[in-house]
Amino acid sequence: MSAWQAVIGLELHVQLATRRKLFSGAATAYGAEPNAQVGLVDAALPGTLPVPNAEAVRMAVRFGLAVGGRVARRSEFARKNYFYPDLPKGYQISQYEHPIVAGGEVRARLDDGRDVRVALVRAHLEEDAGKSLHDAFHGATAIDLNRAGTPLIEVVTTPCLHSAAEAAAAMRAIHRLVTWLGICDGNLQEGSFRCDANVSVRPGPDAPLGTRCEIKNLNSFRFVEKAVEYEIERQIRELEAGRPIRQETRLYDETRHQTRALRGKEEAHDYRYFPDPDLPPLVLAEAEIDAIAAALPELPDARRDRYQRELGLSDYDADLVTADRSTSEYFEATLAALGGPEPKRAKTVANWIAGELAAALNAAQRPIAESPVGPEALAGLIREIEAGRISQKVGKDVFAAIWAGEGDAATIIAARGLSVIRDDAALAAQVDAILAANPKPVAQYRAGDTRVLGWFVGQVMRATRGQADPATLDRLLRERLG
Amino acid sequence: MSIDIAALAARVRDGTVRARDLAEEALARAEAARSLNALVTLDADGARGAADAIDAAPARAGALAGIPLVHKDLFSTRGLRTTASSRMLADYVPPFDATVVERLAAAGAVTIGKASLDEFAMGSSNETADTGPVRNPWDPTCVPGGSSGGSAALVAAGVVPVATGTDTGGSVRQPAAFCGITGLKPTYGRVSRFGMIAFASSLDQAGVLARSAADCAHALAAIAGHDPRDPTSHPCPVDDYVAALGDGVAGRRIGVVREWFGDGVDPAVAAQVRVALERLEAAGAKLIDVALPTLDHAIPAYYVIAPAEASSNLARYDGVRYGHRAADPADLADLYTRTRAEGFGAEVKRRILLGTFVLSSGYYDAYYRQAQRVRRLIADDFARAFADVDLLAGPTAPTVAFRIGEKTSDPLAMYAADVNTVAVNLAGLPAISVPAGFVDGLPVGLQLAAPAFAEGRLLAAAAALEQRSDWHRARPEGFR
Amino acid sequence: MTIDESTLDHLARLARLRIEPADRGGLMADLAALTGLVGRLAAVDTAGVEPLSHPGDLTLRLAPDVVTEGDRADALLALSEAAQGGYYTVPKVIE
Repeated sequence: MSAWQAVIGLELHVQLATRRKLFSGAATAYGAEPNAQVGLVDAALPGTLPVPNAEAVRMAVRFGLAVGGRVARRSEFARKNYFYPDLPKGYQISQYEHPIVAGGEVRARLDDGRDVRVALVRAHLEEDAGKSLHDAFHGATAIDLNRAGTPLIEVVTTPCLHSAAEAAAAMRAIHRLVTWLGICDGNLQEGSFRCDANVSVRPGPDAPLGTRCEIKNLNSFRFVEKAVEYEIERQIRELEAGRPIRQETRLYDETRHQTRALRGKEEAHDYRYFPDPDLPPLVLAEAEIDAIAAALPELPDARRDRYQRELGLSDYDADLVTADRSTSEYFEATLAALGGPEPKRAKTVANWIAGELAAALNAAQRPIAESPVGPEALAGLIREIEAGRISQKVGKDVFAAIWAGEGDAATIIAARGLSVIRDDAALAAQVDAILAANPKPVAQYRAGDTRVLGWFVGQVMRATRGQADPATLDRLLRERLG
Repeated sequence: MSIDIAALAARVRDGTVRARDLAEEALARAEAARSLNALVTLDADGARGAADAIDAAPARAGALAGIPLVHKDLFSTRGLRTTASSRMLADYVPPFDATVVERLAAAGAVTIGKASLDEFAMGSSNETADTGPVRNPWDPTCVPGGSSGGSAALVAAGVVPVATGTDTGGSVRQPAAFCGITGLKPTYGRVSRFGMIAFASSLDQAGVLARSAADCAHALAAIAGHDPRDPTSHPCPVDDYVAALGDGVAGRRIGVVREWFGDGVDPAVAAQVRVALERLEAAGAKLIDVALPTLDHAIPAYYVIAPAEASSNLARYDGVRYGHRAADPADLADLYTRTRAEGFGAEVKRRILLGTFVLSSGYYDAYYRQAQRVRRLIADDFARAFADVDLLAGPTAPTVAFRIGEKTSDPLAMYAADVNTVAVNLAGLPAISVPAGFVDGLPVGLQLAAPAFAEGRLLAAAAALEQRSDWHRARPEGFR
Repeated sequence: MTIDESTLDHLARLARLRIEPADRGGLMADLAALTGLVGRLAAVDTAGVEPLSHPGDLTLRLAPDVVTEGDRADALLALSEAAQGGYYTVPKVIE
């Protein structure tokens, strides 16, 4: 049996987060009443003309610069001609021979920590189609053109991916980048970020490429992984049974975790691409590109590397706090509030973000940008712990209290009397009471079984609700037991 | 009407002439000219309303106050059906005005109706209109030319002093020539295409038809200029066309284009055009023979590019959102194919199929890309010629108006009617057709072409010719 | 070139035009004549010539990212013969 190699390339449809559409003055907001956001151009009324959105162009350039691609000084819109009810003009305005971005690369990290370099073929500007609702009416397909004309960049990777996990990681990496750049809201459920996967298999890395199938409209990372996995297995099964692969478009069935060929006759497409005669060449001035480059934020990979290099964060922690732009901003803001980046603190902040904060956000289903415990508040809490005024353990309670809106850390500590008990007399009384109540472990300790010291620490901590100063407690216990 | 439209508008503004009277007169003339079949829609109520509004405050009205006009029925008019002379849009009422319509209304012009055209502007005889052929006022058995045939016929018949047209391959100039009036096709990008139903987007340009260079200048002044709603609209400043009328042609170098006097040109037409050129020479112009050999390829290049763009531009007529929709479609394919088969006429279908062919896989490079390369050669040839001369000249059309039905069964013969006009569209240049006499009682047009944005130079030459001739003053029998 | 039955069918399918049997012969002849006309371009030497898609020196002008068109669903849907419940409709499409 030969060792099959899967070959996968992705096409990602990234909706750009502009206010107006790519070629009309209608809004792009999600969730409007049907056909309430349709401009004259979007309805393709006779005589209407497309006027491109400057911001969509800037966003595409931002992407091109971020992936290190070549940003075309002169690109061209082209028409892709085909009939479909949700394509009002009978053609989609896209880019064909001269896309705005060529080449570039994105680094994707697999779960096992391995990096995959995802080489891009291109990224081009194009308009989205409307939506066809096949089940809204009996015997009819309903058309909502609100989405028609929404700006997209289509990002095309080379067929450089070789497993379902790599495909999913590549999709995640591009998703992280476009949301990081602020050019896409990244909302998968609303269709802001969609993926088509081209999958083929071949008997080995040196064999010629096999026939590929395109799996359309995958709108979650998990579906991409599942669909590609299924498709690889299906193709291997077919080939091993001696059945050739047919080039076709397939859909992923989310409930059965299978792909299936599109029903109906697969028509031979001939899109008759040609330069859009309504749209002269798109020429970008050098100065404009420079300005966009200058305004680029630090990119996630660079930031991750910097955190590891300068702050000594582990792989895991660095990944975690650069998972998305808002987490990273939160991390940066917390560090800044604590007086700047410093390795020990960075680790502490990362731990809080990964621990209490992530858990609380997850439970409340809120994005980090809307966290009730903001960077300032978290910094205040960490300062209390660093100063030894409360223990780490009490800190978790204080965090919950901040989250619940009881004020900042200092206020809560004062109001609840949560300060660490360092006072010898106060703590000694607690210790004595515990020792008196537990003669058996006292005897054990004195007999040489010093392991019970930890048990006593726990008892006193419980009695003081965690407020006992660990160092003082340790000293007092040893004095009395010794 | 011996005064120009600006002078007439001045009388409306000072209250000595009522806009309503001008409108009524135009409506009456339209009624009298019904046999021409040149109007698709007469908007008497709209015209009276607009005229009354001007008369209510005449001093505030614009440069064309009260001037009646017709729009080629390719310009979208809010609330007034806009058909493109196609069954496809027989009942289509746009919810917006074309920029040209908006600007002329703002200048005070009063729209009395929508003029017939070849369906979707595809034709050279106005015979492909869904409402039937338009008749030439000079001879009702002849075509008025096309595609702006209705506009030309109505101006020639004196129904209105000025009309809008569109010119993709000669559709303003050729009917102007056939009807004995002046037709100006401006530089591509000079006049907004917004709201003008597209035939071939990289060639289409709005123009004006009138009975004098001066009226063309006044009308062009009203519509020219940048429009942010048209991505091909040019931002460069608009010249003073009215001032240019007095510039004359003294010292102008006029290149007489050898290819425009080629084999297909009726020798009588060629001879008459030379007579007109001699008048310009007498006015001080210098005639120079020039050759632009690439113009021989203009027709085939045009008949690749225009149908290719049209095949795509007309894909939107699918019966879903507006326009004709086939009754009781069995399925989506049936809806599409029957809607389009029923809605489009034979010539439109021919061009859609031809355009689909030249863009289709396997043929694109040989036809479409090659045509775009030839297009550059033609544009370069013009640029080279204009390095030596100020204007280029020749007959607008190879013949005078032909008989209705004469060429309808032979598309190649029909397309040859555009042999001298399509090249300037390929290069995006401005050109004008000016009355240049008669052959067998039918008008002949002199075509002048100029470098981009030199419309003023064309108008000056046209005005100079008017001063040395009276061809533009001739009126067809029955429409005087 | 000659336009055969299958080419005509292919073009008609791409263009979504139903062609009546009675029109087929005439259309094939017309298209053959027209492709013959435009086929003359093959003889032109265009080596090294850059295709020209737009006349003049036009480059694209862009619009600012501002919403300028509001809800006009009623006006648009009123133009359609098959609007229903706020949607355009077509015969059911089966994927």
